[in-house]
Amino acid sequence: MVLKPCKMALKPEILKTDILIVGGGTAGCFSAITIAENSKAKVLIAEKAHIKRSGCLAAGVNALNAYINPGESPESYVEYVKKDAEGIIREDLVYSLAKKLNQVTQKLEEMGLPILKDAKGDYVSRGKRNIKINGENIKPLLAQAVQAKKNVQILNGVNIIDYIVQGQRVSGAYGFSLKKNLFYVIYAKAVICTTGGAAGLYKPNNPGFSRHKMWYSPFNTGAGYAMGIRAGAEMTSLEMRFIALRCKDTIAPTGTIAQGVRARQINSLGQEYVKQYGVKAGAEASTPQRLYATVLENREGRGPCYLQTRGITEEQEQGLYKAYLNMAPAQTLKWVEQSRGPGSDNVEIEGTEPYVVGGHAASGYWLNGQCMTTLQGLFAAGDVAGGSPKKYVTGCLAEGEIAALAALQYIGIDDGVVMLEQSLIQAKVDAVNLYFRNEPGLYGLEEVEEAMQKVMDEYAGGISVGYTVSRAKLQIAAQRIEELLEISKTLRAADLHDLLTIHEIIDRLYVCKVLIAHLEARKETRWLCYQQNADFPNKDNVHWRKYVNSRYENGEVKILLREIVKRDEVYEHSY
Amino acid sequence: MSIRIDKGKCVRCGQCALVCPGGLIVQDEEKKAYIKYPKDCWGCAACLKECKVGAIKYFLGADIGGKGVYLYTLDEQDFLHWFIVNNDIQHRMTSNKRESNKY
Repeated sequence: MVLKPCKMALKPEILKTDILIVGGGTAGCFSAITIAENSKAKVLIAEKAHIKRSGCLAAGVNALNAYINPGESPESYVEYVKKDAEGIIREDLVYSLAKKLNQVTQKLEEMGLPILKDAKGDYVSRGKRNIKINGENIKPLLAQAVQAKKNVQILNGVNIIDYIVQGQRVSGAYGFSLKKNLFYVIYAKAVICTTGGAAGLYKPNNPGFSRHKMWYSPFNTGAGYAMGIRAGAEMTSLEMRFIALRCKDTIAPTGTIAQGVRARQINSLGQEYVKQYGVKAGAEASTPQRLYATVLENREGRGPCYLQTRGITEEQEQGLYKAYLNMAPAQTLKWVEQSRGPGSDNVEIEGTEPYVVGGHAASGYWLNGQCMTTLQGLFAAGDVAGGSPKKYVTGCLAEGEIAALAALQYIGIDDGVVMLEQSLIQAKVDAVNLYFRNEPGLYGLEEVEEAMQKVMDEYAGGISVGYTVSRAKLQIAAQRIEELLEISKTLRAADLHDLLTIHEIIDRLYVCKVLIAHLEARKETRWLCYQQNADFPNKDNVHWRKYVNSRYENGEVKILLREIVKRDEVYEHSY
Repeated sequence: MSIRIDKGKCVRCGQCALVCPGGLIVQDEEKKAYIKYPKDCWGCAACLKECKVGAIKYFLGADIGGKGVYLYTLDEQDFLHWFIVNNDIQHRMTSNKRESNKY
């Protein structure tokens, strides 16, 4: 084959560090801080945007939702998460992060995060596990703390695409710059993956101009999952998707209203409807129950559904305006633009498209008790780490700390990284440069993305089908995703941003492929909406109180079922 | 959901382009910033808070109920002023960065 001359081509640049952190969001920043405070090891953070506002905390956050308030304990926290996730959690991992939640919160306060306190100086709770903060500036505060550490080098504008895998161990990663024509080969003794989860797999609520007005960061495109999948790492519980219940259109949080002013969910007839959908007397409805009830009310023709805010006080309304400015300003803008605030009109709610996100659900890398994946030298924390749902911001920090300490211990016993053959590096650079050489084909980047989202929506349980999956439909989805993976090889990049977009599409296609296999594997309905199987509509504790795990081998997704890991177990991988 | 940058007001500092978590903002040949990928905006408002001259207009897309009203911010030490502009009427709300949310 004769390669045509082309304007754009990346040139390799070799870097070395002790610990590479992929993604400078919540977990990644905290991992870096932990390493710097406990050692002299060199850390490199590769971040595709800029750590000041990258990741899930870009706009801010309304509250800290994983905190052990007085009267609660790490043990009761594990029980709560276990119940909410229908038993499919890594109790050991949830327990170890639960023990760190309050300590990392205190650290956030020391960094400058305002936390609401009472007259005695104690945090004011917003429920059993929540405290009130001003989270607008939380990411810049974390970034500042990282920047103050001398042994941490930050590479902003670098997108990591794959791990360097030697045998069963990870010894760095490949990536490219979004600013210069550089292809990075970064050698590291250990790698911590903190890329976040995956948005944009499914057709979103607002598929037109506002397609990115979604719950999760649209810039979290499953890179960490996809790199792990391609490298053969074991993944867990991808079928436990997360779907949020949000304010209509702006996809802003509902918890602030529901918990803040105690607003109830009502249908268009003004009836409270959640309790009718299997919520036990006296029990609090779980997130999927509230969502499921809303989907069914709409299907029965009793929609739209609302949070009943009409009649709240002027002071409460002003409080909500400010609270939303600090995390989801679009909602305050909407209220003011309509000249109708929550005191005058109830707030319409809807379910979002499904996401794969380990901070809320349990999907992600399968880890040992110390956050190491099944690939030696590769650790994971935050939304990309599996088994510990409902960890939210503070849980991601705690996990970032656990992964950092484990990585430090690992590099202590490391006997050095072997450099790659020049030809191997060149092959990898050439593969990426091919996207600059591809002729413009029939399909552009947007078309492939739209096709993926449409397939997932219709055949893999998106909004349009009420989140329900069936074997027959999943098989169609699997076939279509395979075809799109083929098409994606023909995509053409005109510049570095296009090259990023292509990788984001391909990564999501890999996540879709594995997600479909997981959804098909779980032959029961474990979670309403998140994993609702029309062929097996009931929960089956006899056969399916297990993890559905997978490994990608030679182009095939192999499913493995594993037994539940208990709270006090010390879990190690067996090779 | 997106933003638009007022070229006349832009002072070429490049700070908005630097912080955008999606890398959606670029500077033209005169170093003036503009959003190159308006449909990819998440609405996080990170860029607004960087802009010292209030040049960035944040608006709801017509597909989610936008009617032409926009929002911009101005930073004043511990305070962040939010201005919502509806034709000639300007609403101002101020949040104290050191004060926690009540809800």
